[in-house]
Amino acid sequence: MAEGVKPRVKAPKSASAGEVVTIKTLISHPMESGQRKDSSGNKIPRSIINRFTCDFNGQNVIDVTMEAAISTNPYFEFEATVPEAGEFKFTWYDDDGSVYEDTKAVSIA
Amino acid sequence: MRAFATSRATTSRLAMTIAGALAIAATPLFADEEADLVLNGETEMVVRTAAPDHLSDTLDEIYSGWVFRNDDTQVMQADDFDNPGMIFVDQAMEAWAAADGSEGKSCASCHDGPESMAGVRASYPKWNADAGEVRTLWMQINDCRENQMGAEPWKITGGDMAAMEALISVQSRGMPVNVAIDGPAAETWEKGKEIYYTRYGQLELSCANCHEENYGNYIRADHLSQGQINGFPTYRLKNAKLNSVQARFEGCIRDTRAEPFKPGSDEFIALELYVASRGNGLSVEGPSVRN
Repeated sequence: MAEGVKPRVKAPKSASAGEVVTIKTLISHPMESGQRKDSSGNKIPRSIINRFTCDFNGQNVIDVTMEAAISTNPYFEFEATVPEAGEFKFTWYDDDGSVYEDTKAVSIA
Repeated sequence: MRAFATSRATTSRLAMTIAGALAIAATPLFADEEADLVLNGETEMVVRTAAPDHLSDTLDEIYSGWVFRNDDTQVMQADDFDNPGMIFVDQAMEAWAAADGSEGKSCASCHDGPESMAGVRASYPKWNADAGEVRTLWMQINDCRENQMGAEPWKITGGDMAAMEALISVQSRGMPVNVAIDGPAAETWEKGKEIYYTRYGQLELSCANCHEENYGNYIRADHLSQGQINGFPTYRLKNAKLNSVQARFEGCIRDTRAEPFKPGSDEFIALELYVASRGNGLSVEGPSVRN
């Protein structure tokens, strides 16, 4: 079980209809690769965020598969079109089965 | 302004991937040696200013290490969301409120919110009259832990300490470094100055050889800064964590192939005071982002 995991999202609170907005996300996570050994020579088991998704009003915006070579605290920056008022839903899937979620509402200005 | 090397890393875009970033839409923001640092689009930071009086014989202008970093690293520090050092500030917020030690106290028990620390980072290291010594920020934190909280002191160069220093530093961001070098601190300051100009190690290098005489030049692949510490603790892309001043001193002296002083030694406390005073006038930046 990874400790200190905390998702963070930066997204605009409002946009004009059809506007392309930039979204930044970051989740603090050690992203243990499974390749390292501890001081007594035992392999440290892999523990990473293996998938990240973003949906807007139920429609998928981005769906990312992550592998072990991605470094600590994975950061994603991407663009999304906002056709209507609604809610972005962000989901991170951990190797240990934990699912971390965050949401950001966007209004139409 | 001394001429900076003109050859720029043409692969600087690669730096975007270092922090585990998958930059699907990289924002085309460019900064350079002449750029100004505006934090979160609102706080203007002083990254270059006239050298303090005590340096007037050797330097005209002092520069934050931010000036010497490449565009992507500069941009990363300009926004708190992009600054990976802020993750550790979040962690320190929890430590601030968490009771530890035999007295059942947390930082918040005496100091309320971390906002009460505004201005502290800018004036440290400073003379502590009761203790009769120059105290760095980490000395003061450990003094609180041991004598007020009854808790174990933190390792000087450890992660808990660096994170707490970052949290305290954030409260002073944008304020000018203003370390007192006169009065009772003068003796320690002189000692630090002597260390700064002493050549150490098989390479026979002093701090000044690189950071005063050759800033702006390259030492192998490394773009030398003035060695200012206004940005500490600093998040380094190379090790993905916050780095403390004392650990950086140890690393620098090790790189001269010398036997370094120990973090927390009288020598490094004196050096921290002296080096901090060379940045008097620059904005407090910690946690900064460096390579």
